Amino acid sequence: MILTEKDITERLVGLDLPPSIKEAIQNGLKGVPVSSEQLADIISQVASDYEHSKVEPCEAVGVVAAQSIGEPGTQMTMRTFHYAGVAEINVTLGLPRLIEIVDARKIPSTPTMTIKLNQDYAHDRDLAREVAWAIESSSILHLGSIATDLAEMNVIIELNPSALEQRKITAEEVASRLKEETGLNVDQKENLLVMVPKEPSYRELLQLVEKIKRLSLKGVEGIKRVVIRKEGDEYILYTEGSSIKKVMQFEGVDPTRIKTNNISEIGEVLGIEAARNAIINEATDTLREQGLSVDVRHIMLVADIMTVDGELKQIGRHGVSGEKASVLARAAFEVTVNHILDAAIRGDVDDLKGVTENVIVGQPIQLGTGDVTLVAIKR
Amino acid sequence: MTKFAVKDHEMVPEHVLLTPEESAEVLKGFNIVAPQLPKIHVNDPAAKEIEAKVGDVIKVIRKSATAKHSIFYRLVID
Repeated sequence: MILTEKDITERLVGLDLPPSIKEAIQNGLKGVPVSSEQLADIISQVASDYEHSKVEPCEAVGVVAAQSIGEPGTQMTMRTFHYAGVAEINVTLGLPRLIEIVDARKIPSTPTMTIKLNQDYAHDRDLAREVAWAIESSSILHLGSIATDLAEMNVIIELNPSALEQRKITAEEVASRLKEETGLNVDQKENLLVMVPKEPSYRELLQLVEKIKRLSLKGVEGIKRVVIRKEGDEYILYTEGSSIKKVMQFEGVDPTRIKTNNISEIGEVLGIEAARNAIINEATDTLREQGLSVDVRHIMLVADIMTVDGELKQIGRHGVSGEKASVLARAAFEVTVNHILDAAIRGDVDDLKGVTENVIVGQPIQLGTGDVTLVAIKR
Repeated sequence: MTKFAVKDHEMVPEHVLLTPEESAEVLKGFNIVAPQLPKIHVNDPAAKEIEAKVGDVIKVIRKSATAKHSIFYRLVID
């Protein structure tokens, strides 16, 4: 009797196998006539192969992961700068980026966002450009020129009407923003703005100019540049600077597909599970870009250990390695003297349960077969 | 302003709040006590959205590159 596709699905449902393997069996048997006995044979073969490929109990997966990421890491370029898109946005890649990821830095050295747009915006270049202008932070230098008049002791700002129109801001809005931020009066005559510092001194005057130059008049603060790039049939925005929380609110932006390379920002805005995904994605992308392929399972383990406590923790002295229970294990890693001294002052006890401690004292380590002990039950 | 829920983001896996009975069963299945589970903060955006309280257990259904989807549990902490 030949089984139908539905029969096969039913047989697979209750099995203790990962969904991807069940799917592979299902797809492999599509259109192939199999009998009930043959299916049972296939399933038991697959199940035993799967069981065989599992990590053995007591295996040191962490060490394997460290080696598997560390060795390809030696082949990575020390200093690379890659220009994504229109040779304008600079992103840190290679080894420095990988270090940045495992160090769980609060702000990466080159924060960038990838903003995808809503259906109706994504295919229209003009609408995409409008969103880009709205997001990009505009300073006074984008909108016109700024000069000082030493005879009159004032600052003269001349606004460029075409720049104002392009960035959708009026001279009145610029004047009111300046007034709000500096607390000074702004004399506006069409596109000419004149401001007088509180005290008529050169110092005050120059400080005022510097302050005005730094002000973000429109857009999201910290987004220095926005580049539009067409990928497939969709326009995508790439930014220099990152602020997903603010950019999500913009009209036309698809908040469900926005991305940033700032992992701790993802942790804050989208939660720890999203941060874990971000670590996996960023690390695989960094390695792949260098032509290295590391099994995701190793990276998943790193991401898991960095996020177990509900917050991002670095792999290192101030994170995973620094929180080990054993004094000797911590001392073996970094700042040896401090750990031993602190432990001596507190009177810490080392249970010698981990690997490092037992290597130090010269005992068999509790890994693999070393972790198995016999227990006699009295009857 | 566009309406946005954290759970709609493509990087956020599905979070399910377990009832006390369900979480007791999970703990029994692994033969552990609740503090041995991985943690999630109460003010984590994804935990907040499902109104989790301290002491609850959240079941996370992750999309996995190797197993298609895998299940993970986190204990809600302060």
